[in-house]
Amino acid sequence: MKKHFLSRRAFGQAGAATLLAGSLPLAFAATPKDTLVVASAFDDLISLDPAEAFEISAGELMGNGYERLLRYDVNDPTKLLPDLAKSWKVSDDGKTYSFELRPGLKFASGNPLGADDVVYSFHRAVLLDKTPAFILTQFGLTKEQVKARLKATGPLTLTLETDKVYAPTLVYNCLTANVASVVDSKLLQGKEKDGDFGAAWLKTNFAGSGPLKIREWRANEIVAMDRNDNFHGPKSKMARVIYRHVKESATQRLLLEKGDVDIARDLTPQDLAALASNKDIKLTSTPLGTVYYLSLNQKNPNLAKPEVREAFKWLVDYDAIGATLIKDIGVIHQNFLPMGLLGASKDKPYKLDVAKAKALLAKAGLPKGFKVTIDMRSIQPVQGITEAIQQTLKQAGIELEILPGDGKQTLTKYRARTHDIYIGQWGADYWDPHTNADTFARNTDNRDDAKNKPLAWRNAWDIPELTKKTDAAAIERDGAKRAKLYQEIQAEFRKSSPFVMLYQETDAAAYRSNVEGLKIGPTADTTYMFLVSKK
Amino acid sequence: MTSRPLRALKVGGRLVVSVVLTVLGLLAVTFFIGRVIPVDPALAIAGDRAPEHVLQRVRQELGLDQPKAVQFVRYVQKALQGDFGRSVLTSNPVFDDIKRSFPATLELATCGILIGAGLGVPLGVWAAVRRGGFADHAVRVMGLVGYSVPIFWLGLMALVLFYTKLGWVSGPGRIDVAFEYSFERTTGLMLLDAARHAMNSGEWDAFRSAFSHLVLPASLLGYFSLAYISRMTRSFMLNELAAEYIVAARAKGLSEARIIWRHALRNAMVPLVTVIALSYAGLLEGSVLTETVFAWPGLGLYITNSLQNADMNAVLGGTIVVGTVFIGLNLLSDALYRLLDPRTRDTR
Repeated sequence: MKKHFLSRRAFGQAGAATLLAGSLPLAFAATPKDTLVVASAFDDLISLDPAEAFEISAGELMGNGYERLLRYDVNDPTKLLPDLAKSWKVSDDGKTYSFELRPGLKFASGNPLGADDVVYSFHRAVLLDKTPAFILTQFGLTKEQVKARLKATGPLTLTLETDKVYAPTLVYNCLTANVASVVDSKLLQGKEKDGDFGAAWLKTNFAGSGPLKIREWRANEIVAMDRNDNFHGPKSKMARVIYRHVKESATQRLLLEKGDVDIARDLTPQDLAALASNKDIKLTSTPLGTVYYLSLNQKNPNLAKPEVREAFKWLVDYDAIGATLIKDIGVIHQNFLPMGLLGASKDKPYKLDVAKAKALLAKAGLPKGFKVTIDMRSIQPVQGITEAIQQTLKQAGIELEILPGDGKQTLTKYRARTHDIYIGQWGADYWDPHTNADTFARNTDNRDDAKNKPLAWRNAWDIPELTKKTDAAAIERDGAKRAKLYQEIQAEFRKSSPFVMLYQETDAAAYRSNVEGLKIGPTADTTYMFLVSKK
Repeated sequence: MTSRPLRALKVGGRLVVSVVLTVLGLLAVTFFIGRVIPVDPALAIAGDRAPEHVLQRVRQELGLDQPKAVQFVRYVQKALQGDFGRSVLTSNPVFDDIKRSFPATLELATCGILIGAGLGVPLGVWAAVRRGGFADHAVRVMGLVGYSVPIFWLGLMALVLFYTKLGWVSGPGRIDVAFEYSFERTTGLMLLDAARHAMNSGEWDAFRSAFSHLVLPASLLGYFSLAYISRMTRSFMLNELAAEYIVAARAKGLSEARIIWRHALRNAMVPLVTVIALSYAGLLEGSVLTETVFAWPGLGLYITNSLQNADMNAVLGGTIVVGTVFIGLNLLSDALYRLLDPRTRDTR
């Protein structure tokens, strides 16, 4: 067995070939000059139809691809800007809103855009009745009523009639939502099947007038948007914007460092911190309309005691969580209205105080504490926060058993209100305080088979008084008075609710230093890629 | 005694029945697991914010209000007509989704197994021949590392080294964005499509980009299967080398190379074929972790993501593909058996 089983020459040749292959400069870094490349995890995307899409990733595409009557100002979210409408007003009785469109508008397809397209889009959204339709139907634009209450009064004018008087700010703010996007009625009528308003087609296609048009969506792979030259305003600086689906934060970071993407959207605090010292990379962040909270199911007799509810609020180490677990991705916030919304309160009365919590538990007849479970989604930072809270609860004798699960699993249980404690988040559905008040501080029917199941219902929190107050705030026509009402509701909520509010999420992005004009919006649909350019 | 064609028919018939039963069984198990996991599929479509009546309607549209057995029968009926339904997550027919994600996995797995078997077999032979020597230990350590280090970590480290630091290969994804829309994707196999484009246009840039994106993940998968294949080759070879016919061959004065490659390896190939085929099938299932790290839009990611959202049409469609691949490769290795080992041929 002394002879060689493989000749030296063959070995040498194979080795040389390997070396040669390895040293060839195969990689080309840097993205094309006219193309903006974004690494983002968009596996939540299920539809490109503004009447149906309600996911975060979809929001950003809708914000760049579609126009509404109005937009809110990202620099001052309480201000409104014209989009398709050049003027708008509300009648003296507060029930009729009228709008006038800019002249000469066109869709990306080339079709003209007029009042009948706006009317078609609203009718369509209401009649299709997908998830976001409630944003429009809450003003009485029901399936039966929508055709009578929303009418074109001329080629460029239309009126909207509400079922009763609402705060005008609420109505306008709702009209800035994705579901109020205007779609190309002529194009969609050609794609219609069995009276579906072209819904099957629009799920994966585009019929808008915004500065960028959606060219293609390949699920879990790519979304490509091209400049829309028919757009009435300043044209997009980039000819093309490409979103690449990159699930893993570490991978996004590598791509960004190497210059194969211009922007990375889903980085963990660790990766953001690591990039902070890189001179080719810049960071930007904006507080979002999403708040994280812990909620106590009032069906659990221990958790239903007012003293126990309060004790929980004293048993969270807010400072430690803020300084470590949510650094760069959130700020401690103890109110259900995120900052940036009308009337949002900054008050932060709670801190970690075990002695106070113990006294409260003793008062509730539970001096030795008790055992309780929490349903938790196994993702960061939720997992870290839950473990931190488990430690601080223990100091007061409360034993928290963590039940980890996948997002959809914990949510299914939460929605059936069979949990003890749940940790989760809530993002504003549209840019108005009513969106969060409606779910946190309003519960019209606490029975198991209720028609509306807001967060207050999911935790079986029965609040007839607070519900009335929330309703009153929704119809207050005076902006300042309305803000004051929300301040009062938040104060009451901080004191007595079964919700331990934890923090407001910050959306951070990292980008190459040659990228200019990137600003993350407070809602997904206000991150405007058409304003971004590259040097 | 039966005639030859009749017997072939019988064998073929048995084969079809067993394949159909296997696929059906696979479908049934997957379906019922998918339906008992405590996730509401309607949530994935309508989302957390949907009003109750919208959720109810979605459940009806999905047929979730029907008994589970009825749901299953309906599914199979439709599947038999070639309709695998729509994925709720991607809004596409499941068939189209798989047509898009499977080629990505196929390309990666095929390159992976070529590397794995192409290097694993010679390394295993080398280790067996030099049993107890340096080569044997080196191959063993290499195999152990490949098998025990998490592929997720290995992938990231490989990216940091070869992509970020050395710049030898391109990073995650299948091709550079610049070439994303520069050629037609007829087969979905990026290398093939890019090569065809290159033949027509004389521009090889897109092909080079696709190749340099593929090299790293394919090598990683290759290394992973190499670890297993080389260990198995070594042990099969040791068995053969200890056999009497090797002694006889030596006594005849045959060269060592001839004894190893023509006699021992040829016999070791018989069980080895199964090992390689199953490794290949395992890679074709899609390696979720590799696909995650390398942002590779393959079948593994597709099925996992669908399962997490209880998107059963997509999961079942994926299961059929994976099941068929396994069965197909099993049949193939059986056929190769017959070719390699005369004893398994029917001599009657």
